[in-house]
Amino acid sequence: MNAMADVKVMRTAAETALAQEFAQARERLPGGAAIAEKRAAAFGLFAQEGLPHRRIEDWKYTDLRALMRDAKPLASPPDAAAKARAKTAGKLLGDVECRRLVFVDGAFVAELSDTAALEAGLTVGSLADALSGDDPALAEKLGKLAPASDVAVALNTALMGDGAVIRIGAGSTIERPLHLIFVASEKPAASFVRSLVVVEKGARVMLIESHEGPDGSDYQVNAAFELFVGDEAHVDHVKIIDEGSKALHVSTLAAAIGAKARFNAFTFTIGGAVVRNQLFLNFDGEDTVAGIRGATLINGHQHADTTLVANHIARNCQSREVFKSVLDGEAHGVFQGRIIVKPGAQQTDAKMMTRALLLSERAEADNKPELEIFADDVQCGHGATVGALDQELKFYLMARGIPAAEAEALLIQAFLGEAVEGIEHAGVREALMETIAVWLKARSPASAEVQHA
Amino acid sequence: MALLEIENLHVEIDGKEILKGLDLAVNAGEVHAIMGPNGSGKSTLAYVLAGKQDYTPTAGEVRFDGKNLFAMEPDERAARGLFLAFQYPLEIPGVATMTFLRTALNAQRKKRGEAEFSTPEFLKKVREVAKKLEIDPEMLRRAVNVGFSGGEKKRNEILQMALLEPRLAVLDETDSGLDIDALKIVADGVNRLRGPGRSFIVITHYQRLLNYIVPDVVHVLSKGRIVKTGGKELALELEARGYAEYQEEAAA
Repeated sequence: MNAMADVKVMRTAAETALAQEFAQARERLPGGAAIAEKRAAAFGLFAQEGLPHRRIEDWKYTDLRALMRDAKPLASPPDAAAKARAKTAGKLLGDVECRRLVFVDGAFVAELSDTAALEAGLTVGSLADALSGDDPALAEKLGKLAPASDVAVALNTALMGDGAVIRIGAGSTIERPLHLIFVASEKPAASFVRSLVVVEKGARVMLIESHEGPDGSDYQVNAAFELFVGDEAHVDHVKIIDEGSKALHVSTLAAAIGAKARFNAFTFTIGGAVVRNQLFLNFDGEDTVAGIRGATLINGHQHADTTLVANHIARNCQSREVFKSVLDGEAHGVFQGRIIVKPGAQQTDAKMMTRALLLSERAEADNKPELEIFADDVQCGHGATVGALDQELKFYLMARGIPAAEAEALLIQAFLGEAVEGIEHAGVREALMETIAVWLKARSPASAEVQHA
Repeated sequence: MALLEIENLHVEIDGKEILKGLDLAVNAGEVHAIMGPNGSGKSTLAYVLAGKQDYTPTAGEVRFDGKNLFAMEPDERAARGLFLAFQYPLEIPGVATMTFLRTALNAQRKKRGEAEFSTPEFLKKVREVAKKLEIDPEMLRRAVNVGFSGGEKKRNEILQMALLEPRLAVLDETDSGLDIDALKIVADGVNRLRGPGRSFIVITHYQRLLNYIVPDVVHVLSKGRIVKTGGKELALELEARGYAEYQEEAAA
């Protein structure tokens, strides 16, 4: 009854647990005074706002306060068994040749990672080490891109334990993609990982981050990735969210993109009970070309939210946003995409397309595309569709002898293919299409819903 | 026993009866032409044979090779040798023509208990057929029918037919939208496939196609029923006199 008298002190179990975790962990979390200050300020925002809920516009469709029933304790360092299990992590990518950087329960595991014979211009380290080293340059960059007002980011800043710190020197081309593999072990714990990647002028790199863990364990992941893309750099970022069946996953990509750069981002969401995938992209330099794409494939009671803010600040940039989702069972897919064109961003060419395919009558898609344009000489557009599989096309395929399930699979693959084909790396593209094919094979066909003459 | 036997077939779409007691028997190796005015039920017959959704048979029987056609899904009908060349072939963005053809061919072979084609075998077969139909191999690399002209889409239907080697092919107004050169290519494609083991139902509004694909039997369909059956000369007669008398007859 006291709580009703003062709304401010009403906390959910998760909020209370997070406050306790922070109070207990703040002394041992890595970093010097400057970092401790950042942590305290970030936690202050959370303490004030609480977990985001449906009355917060940006979280309208993903009510984290309701979806996050409890907060798991911070993960302890992985034991030998957890490390052993992590050896096979990242197999979704098949035989794509990558430099692997493995994190188990949010902690960097050097012996599972490949940090030998680094290419010229490539520097790789762990965030925990970097924070302990009290590097002022790091402290200055950390948190510069991730929006401080976002509560998910604030929690990450407050509780970040480890992650990757990567630098690609000016003009360097890194042939092997860097694969950051985040694996959760069986324990239902929470990990807060933060990565910081600086790609200097004219450098070329492909960054892959994948997140996975065991089915059945209700672990929690909050991952943030800050990416500086220098002028004339060419960066591909692929995020694979393949979490276990009961996992809660919140992740953020925050990028600042320089002039005359090429930037491609792709998110593939297939796993996790609740997923919130945030992208905050600033086009800070002129003449950059970007492709921002994603494919989501969920069923059962999965909930997956992609929230994108593409902020055109400099002039003459082109961005293409293509997001496709396939929703089966009682899955709930959310896409919120906002393209902002600032007054100085004349000649911006931005087009956003989002499509959801509902395979079941109980699946739900929420699509919220927005344009906020403050310049007068731009080409911007968006389109959003939600629909079922085209029965005419399915009949055409079946009339050629293709069974219902296979016909549906072909059409779904084609639907997602439009987004996946934006990935430049053929091996990654094929690995994702193969994963989609496996998912479709496991799915029971919707042919029962279709009547035949 | 005829390859296809249709007895007293009644078919509804959205509660409206379109076929009203149609009888037809097609023997192996025969080419039957079905002619009739617009709205007589020609395309409905094509679709109900292929198994399109919402085309509901309410009475009558259709046996294909002695088996109840309506007990089979569309893919099973295809695997048993029924082929429909669509009047309006569909575009399937994102599905490469080659993938589509191979998936279809191998799905049918698998269902019949035959070995699936290997990639080289399949490619060889497709190239041969495409060449005869004057189909540019570049088209086969594109998505199914996407960006194809009307004539190219129709030729692509015949390509599929030649590849799938059905026992009964139903050509639904394959001549519509074709110029005379394309019409000859399509007709040659059909004629090459004629033989004792294969039957055709050629649905058309005009006699022109039947100069090139000469039928054994011609039927006039009007108001959902076959109202006259004759030899190939019946087509010429229709061309000269029109459908007016049959429409009145059926109405009477």
